[in-house]
Parts: sequence; C-alpha cells; structure tokens
Amino acid sequence: MTRHLALIALLAALTAPAAHAVEYRTVLPKQSTIHFEFRQMGVPVKGGFKRFTTQMVFDPAKPEAAHAQIEIDLASIDAGSAEADDESAGKLWFNRSAYPKATFVSSQIRALGNNRYEMRGTLTLKGRSRDMVVPVTYAPGHSAAIFDGSFILKRLDFGIGEGLWADVATVANEVRVTFRIAASGN
Amino acid sequence: MSRAMRYSTLAIALHWLIALLIFVAFPLGVYMHELPLSPDKLKLYSYHKWIGIMVLLLAAIRVSWRMTHTPPPLPAGIAAWQRHASSAVHGLLYLLMIAIPVSGWLMSSAKGFQTVWFGVLPLPDLVDKNRELGDLLAGVHKALNFTLLGLVILHVGAALQHHFIGRQPFLQRMGWGKKERT
Ligand code: HEM
Repeated sequence: MTRHLALIALLAALTAPAAHAVEYRTVLPKQSTIHFEFRQMGVPVKGGFKRFTTQMVFDPAKPEAAHAQIEIDLASIDAGSAEADDESAGKLWFNRSAYPKATFVSSQIRALGNNRYEMRGTLTLKGRSRDMVVPVTYAPGHSAAIFDGSFILKRLDFGIGEGLWADVATVANEVRVTFRIAASGN
Repeated sequence: MSRAMRYSTLAIALHWLIALLIFVAFPLGVYMHELPLSPDKLKLYSYHKWIGIMVLLLAAIRVSWRMTHTPPPLPAGIAAWQRHASSAVHGLLYLLMIAIPVSGWLMSSAKGFQTVWFGVLPLPDLVDKNRELGDLLAGVHKALNFTLLGLVILHVGAALQHHFIGRQPFLQRMGWGKKERT
C-alpha cells in the first residue's frame, strides 16, 4: 500500500510540471491587434495595422528562453483617414515600395514579476533598425493567453515623415504603439 | 438717428465680429479643402475649426441676446413683404450661424479628428468615427455654407439698397456712421 502511494506521488511529481507547463506558440491573428496613436496639431489620431504575422515561443516557467518576431504588412495601415493612408505609402513616410514591411525581433525577455516582462529587441522600419525596450504583460487564459504591450517610438528615428513632414509641431515625433497578441498553448 | 433706431453696442460688436470671422472661415474652408495633404493643410484645417468654434460661441451669445431683446424697429415706409423677408432672412442667418459650426464639429467627430480648440481645449466628439457619416456631414456642411453665401448676398444687398437707393439710414443701425446725439 505504502509502495503504491509512493509510486503515485512520484508519478504525480513527475507529470505535474509537465502538465502545467504551457508553451505558447500558436498566435491567434483574429484576436491580435496593433494600434498606434499620435498627435497632429495637438489632436490625437488613432490608427493601426490590420495584417501582421507573429512567431513566438513563451513558457512562463522559462521566460528567458522566450522569443518573439513580428512582421507587419505596411500596406494594411489605417492612418486615420483615406488621404493619410495614401500619403503614408510615399517616399517621405514609409516608402512602401522599397520597404513594404516592418519587423520586430526580440533579443531578450526578462521577468519583472507579477506577470510583467521586459522585452528587448530590434525594430526595423524603412531600412533603419533601432533597439527598443517594450514592457509586456502576460494574462493566462483558458483558451489563449494575452500579451499586451505598449511603447513610444520616435518616428524621426526611422525617417518616418521626412522633409516638410519632419516638422514635429504639426505631426508629433512620438507615436504610441499598442499591441495585443493572443496565443494558445500547445 | 435716434438711439432707439440702433442696435445695442453688444449686438453691433457681435454682428461685425461674427461677420469678420465668417469672412475668414469661408474662403479658408474652400481653399484648404483643395490642398494636397501637407503640414500646412493640417494647420489650416485646425485654424478653420478654431475660428468656426469661435463663431459658434459668439453666435450662441448673440442668439441669446436676440431672444431677450427687441431689435430697433424698421423705419416707416418699408413694405410689408420686405419686413417679412427681412425677418425670415435674419432668422435663417441666426440658424446658420449655429448650424454651420455644429455641422463642422459633427463632421470632424465623424471623420475621427477631434477638435482641440486653439490646440489646448479638447472638445468632446459628438459622434463616433464613421467614414460614411463623415462624408455625408461634409456635404451638409458645404450645402449649409452655400445657403449662407446666398443669404448673405441678399442681406448685404438689401441693407445697401435701403441705405443708398432708399436713402434710409440703414447702415447706422449696425453702427456705421456717426452716432447722433438724442
Ligand atoms: C462659421 C463657421 C464656419 C464656416 C463659415 C465654414 C465654412 C466652410 C466652407 C465654406 C468649407 C468648404 C466646403 C466645401 O467646399 O466643401 C468648409 C469646410 C470644412 N469645415 Fe467649415 N466652416 C465653419 C465652421 C467649421 C467648424 C466649427 C468646423 C469643425 C470643428 C469645420 C470643419 C470643416 C472641415 C473639416 C472642412 C473640410 C471638409 C472636407 O474636407 O471635406 N468648419 N467650411
């Protein structure tokens, strides 16, 4: 009897961590969003990207091994109005014919506690790469976990809005990017 | 001209201030609308909206003044149909002074561009962002404006006609010319 109990306890001990460890790697595009907001003449303007692909691996037990890579199709932009959508494709903005995509590749993910993480990585836009630090929160869920993050990028660091558009009094340099990635465990 | 034939100083000041602002906002609206997207276009849109909201504020004061005061009577010898026409045109002008900026504000809300008065005072969006509604309201804003243009031509024409051809001191009613002592 005691032998049996010991065996069950041993089995439980062995299988429990495996059963609890979820590795999130299947991103659910329909529940994932990328939005941005910037100020134009002091007026907040909202936009976003409708098409992007995310590859990620995240195991809450091993955050340091986590990895994320996002590729955004810049043609899927909503820049606030049809006029701005068209304008954003031009050379002074994204120069989309030469640089159709934006990418983010994580380099390091650090747990801050309380389901908060700090993700470092490289954002490449219009052929320019910059290191970014992005705070991310993780919310475990039944069918999918949600990863929310938000950071501010300076558009001029990437040459987004050159020439006459470099005037930050009209279109602010700071753009707040907010994303939500939903991923299911395996 | 007796004081009783003249609008009050407040009414006169509001009349000319609003007229001036509309004379700036109107051509600005027509001009900016045709420009290709540029920082200057964004600036002009903002200035237009700020001036328009100023008109709304002043028009609200003016309409409240009008509802609590009786304007000076028209001189004798003005035909009855002209009295009716004049009060109808004045009523519509007051209506448009309110309806035009309100339609502009609604349009801006529907287009997703909030109005931040002078870049500091955010006005609430009156409707949610909706592209079709935005386009519809742009058409309404335009139609109201061209109605205003027609009425202003009538209004100015009538005032000048009475003043110069009818030889009645019409312009003094709105403060032009010397104030006569009573
Ligand atoms: C007395 C006040 C105003 C006058 C006389 C006025 C006049 C005009 C005129 C003549 C146009 C051009 C219409 C066209 O040709 O399509 C215009 C366009 C416009 N107005 Fe106003 N407006 C006034 C107030 C406002 C206000 C208060 C706002 C917003 C808060 C506003 C927002 C706009 C916008 C956004 C356009 C451009 C429409 C487009 O791009 O299709 N206006 N306005």
